[in-house]
Amino acid sequence: MSALYIMLTKNILYAAFALILTFIGVAGIYVFLGAEFIAVTQILVYVGGILILLVFGIMLTNRLSGKKVISSAYNKIMGFIVAGGLFAILLKGILEANFSALGWIDKSKFSDSSIPAFGLTLMTDYVLVFEIIGVLLLLALIGAVRIAGNVRKEGEDGV
Amino acid sequence: MAFDHLLFLGALLFCIGLFVVVTRKNAIMVLIGIELMLNAANINLIAFSSFDPNALQGQIFSLFIITVAAAEAAVGLSIVVKVYKYFQTADLDKINELKG
Repeated sequence: MSALYIMLTKNILYAAFALILTFIGVAGIYVFLGAEFIAVTQILVYVGGILILLVFGIMLTNRLSGKKVISSAYNKIMGFIVAGGLFAILLKGILEANFSALGWIDKSKFSDSSIPAFGLTLMTDYVLVFEIIGVLLLLALIGAVRIAGNVRKEGEDGV
Repeated sequence: MAFDHLLFLGALLFCIGLFVVVTRKNAIMVLIGIELMLNAANINLIAFSSFDPNALQGQIFSLFIITVAAAEAAVGLSIVVKVYKYFQTADLDKINELKG
């Protein structure tokens, strides 16, 4: 998948575009799994929001002098050993786990799309978490604007 | 779609994200790697949730993960922009002082 390209490329902008491809692919997998609402949210939030933020961040933190935006990698061998080792451990765990022993997993009955049930569950059982996550998002966005924006003192113009 | 393949995909995405986070110097690339790792966690949650016929906790939890990831990306990028204004670089090895 295109995630490999993120690992291999040196240009940050190309990595951001490859990230878009990865997110869209993951959203397609969500649709296959019967989670349409999560897929739509994924596309909206990641492709519409986070990628725009990332591209603006790349734009603001690099001199637009025409040369390519290069981010060199370092410690490649150690990083590969760590990541590959973790992947091997996870692979062994997945292969040896006996998921059919879990009682609630019903492999025969594939859950179909359930947006009404999802909405009902979200608004009844998890409404407190929903509200808290909304307030958290608001606080984080206000904090982000406060951090990145210009600091303007009282009775004085912008610094 | 087989259950194991989804878990393999999640593990692969997580390890690619880990590799990107560990080996890159630029702060924005580190943020991209973190997003990949969060996506891997979401894939696992939805894979388990879709094989559970009568509960939806996995999907709801992954929705909250997406929200927190959005907040984290916004705050992280604003910090990166501010750090770039101060240090004139986004290279994590060259940012080596804390006193503002």
